[in-house]
Amino acid sequence: MAKDKKHNMEIVTKPKWFGAESVSIPMLQILKEDGSLHKGADLPEFDKALIMKIYDTMHFIRILDERMIAAQRQGRISFYLASRGEEAESVASAAGLDDGDMIMGQYREQGALAYRGFTVEQFMNQLFSNEKDLGKGRQMPVHYGCADLNFMTISSPLGTQIPQATGYAYGQKMDKTGKCTICYFGEGAASEGDFHAALNMASVYKVPVIFFCRNNGYAISTPSQGEQYGGDGIAPRGIGYGMKTIRIDGNDVFAVLKATQLARKLAVEENEPVLIEAMSYRMSAHSTSDDPTGYRTRDEEEGWRAKDPLERLQKWMMNEGWLTEEHIEQHLEEVKAAVLASLKEAEKVPAPHIDELVNDVYDQPTTLLKEQLAELKEHIAKYPDAYPKTSGRLD
Amino acid sequence: MAKMNLLQAINSALDLAMAKHDNVYSFGEDTGGFGGVFRATSGLTEKYGKHRNFNTPLVEQGIIGFANGLASQGSYAVAEIQFGDYIFPAFDQIVNESAKFRYRSGNEFNVGGLTIRTPYGGGIAGGHYHSQSPEAYFAHTPGLKIVVPRNPYEAKGLLLSAIFDKNPVLFMEPKRLYRAAVGEVPEEEYTIPLGQAEVVKEGKDITVLGWGAQMEMTEKAVEKAEQDGVSCEVIDLRTIVPWDVETVAQSVLKTGRLVISQEAPITGGFASEIAATIQDRCFLYLESPIARVSGIDVPYPLCHEKEYMADHLKIYEAIKRSMNY
Repeated sequence: MAKDKKHNMEIVTKPKWFGAESVSIPMLQILKEDGSLHKGADLPEFDKALIMKIYDTMHFIRILDERMIAAQRQGRISFYLASRGEEAESVASAAGLDDGDMIMGQYREQGALAYRGFTVEQFMNQLFSNEKDLGKGRQMPVHYGCADLNFMTISSPLGTQIPQATGYAYGQKMDKTGKCTICYFGEGAASEGDFHAALNMASVYKVPVIFFCRNNGYAISTPSQGEQYGGDGIAPRGIGYGMKTIRIDGNDVFAVLKATQLARKLAVEENEPVLIEAMSYRMSAHSTSDDPTGYRTRDEEEGWRAKDPLERLQKWMMNEGWLTEEHIEQHLEEVKAAVLASLKEAEKVPAPHIDELVNDVYDQPTTLLKEQLAELKEHIAKYPDAYPKTSGRLD
Repeated sequence: MAKMNLLQAINSALDLAMAKHDNVYSFGEDTGGFGGVFRATSGLTEKYGKHRNFNTPLVEQGIIGFANGLASQGSYAVAEIQFGDYIFPAFDQIVNESAKFRYRSGNEFNVGGLTIRTPYGGGIAGGHYHSQSPEAYFAHTPGLKIVVPRNPYEAKGLLLSAIFDKNPVLFMEPKRLYRAAVGEVPEEEYTIPLGQAEVVKEGKDITVLGWGAQMEMTEKAVEKAEQDGVSCEVIDLRTIVPWDVETVAQSVLKTGRLVISQEAPITGGFASEIAATIQDRCFLYLESPIARVSGIDVPYPLCHEKEYMADHLKIYEAIKRSMNY
């Protein structure tokens, strides 16, 4: 076959088309749905302590999610976003990283934050927008962030964190930190322009970034296949942008752990950006403002219950003798008690002082902001009953 | 001191900033070895390497997304958007991300190291898409600083301040003056503080205010008015956000009259914001209504550019109207 040397490509003399069928990307699965390992599967690096930590974190997040949905229903918090069914993705990927690696999430990765050590009190303070919240009560529930734990504060606009991850990783590479950035997003957010910008730039600059797509089947009510995209999901896009790409079973802790460990090596040791597409299912509603009965059937949800990541891991661990009913029961009770206690505590903590309203817009409040705050305080003092959150302490 | 045009002054500021800290990065479309379509970044790749001054793919939202991430990591990210008219794909990253980064995280994270450089403004036969003055869109977003220099000396000092300011700064460069404005500029590093207007010329009868390329028009108009015997106080706002209310108000309390000129269309422009604030502060001292001389509310035209622009004759007429009110 002749070759065009300038473009480094073969020359054909009959039209040769390429389509979605040209690339068929398989899905890595190590742990089967019945909780047994595939024979001959490549296992991740792990020991009992690591798997116990992953299990306990997934379990913790599930209980926290359930309890906080209930708290929202009771009117105690305004809003909540659960991650039920996707705990393996966030927790086991965090377990495949170094604690110094940056995490840039969407808003369903509370598992990764919990794995890093965010305490139940810290979760509660954010959810209740009180003065102990690291975010100073400025964002809706679940928009967590923590500099100490290298967990970038979440923002609501979808996909914006993806090119930021490329930029952050560029800085990590230039500073020779030996660290990488992991960036989570959903398959819906992968339709945003920012996604394409980010992957292309990461590929051009060869930065240590792991793009982790949680393909959970739905963007609110819009199903992924056929309505979010026409092709074979998100993974082929990584190949299109010239980067290492893998598709995994997002409900399989071992597949997530294995893929993330390998991705981190590629990122940090070879400055290769990586795309991971994790196939999963959003068992919960999109948020507490959403009602999935309007767009999917109970049957469909039941079908996915059989693939539940937590139960799958639980079965394997029990078979190994690493987990007992007693541990599960005891952990459940402990977490429930801790969640309840810290919920009651966080509820009582006052809202941030009114002065915080104008702090952090800039590194220092501007003259105009100081004037606006002074005027506002005068007004609150005049009508204290109308502003009970702040009128009690205006000094 | 050296003679520099506005581009050379900007290039000099970038050069000094990059020499000062290893983690100052300059990037944008065609800004690498080629040095940018206006050549503002020429020579920087040779001096600092292709990892510190580099090309980006053609994607403005990606440029600013990348820049936000790089700045949040602790680096100084100086991103060029080739024309202010093409900044809008990055609007979300600027308005929802750069501007809110520190606030929304409770100061856990910030993008203080971010500076966005972009040429703006008309008078170059650039039509709709190479002429706009989009400052007002951004001025409406708390969290951003917006700076517009009027000449080479100001450009260098203000850009050095912008790069090392602890907040994201939109630095708008008057492209009509890139080569047209030439002046004495120190070769070494110096800074001009952000948030401070400059009284360029003192006067007692009327205050004439502008920024960026409008200052040239303003000064011409004032020259003409002074020949008529009107004593004009001329102010360059320099920083649009946070703007120097005090300096402007003090001047108007003295003169009792204010003419503001801007290149952008009149409705919703920043001149309107200034007029509203100054009438609030100086109401009883005003001798005439505050006048805005600006573009009219049409997309930036091509064949009628001269008619459209807020030129010195329109400013001169506004000064006369104000004096004769």
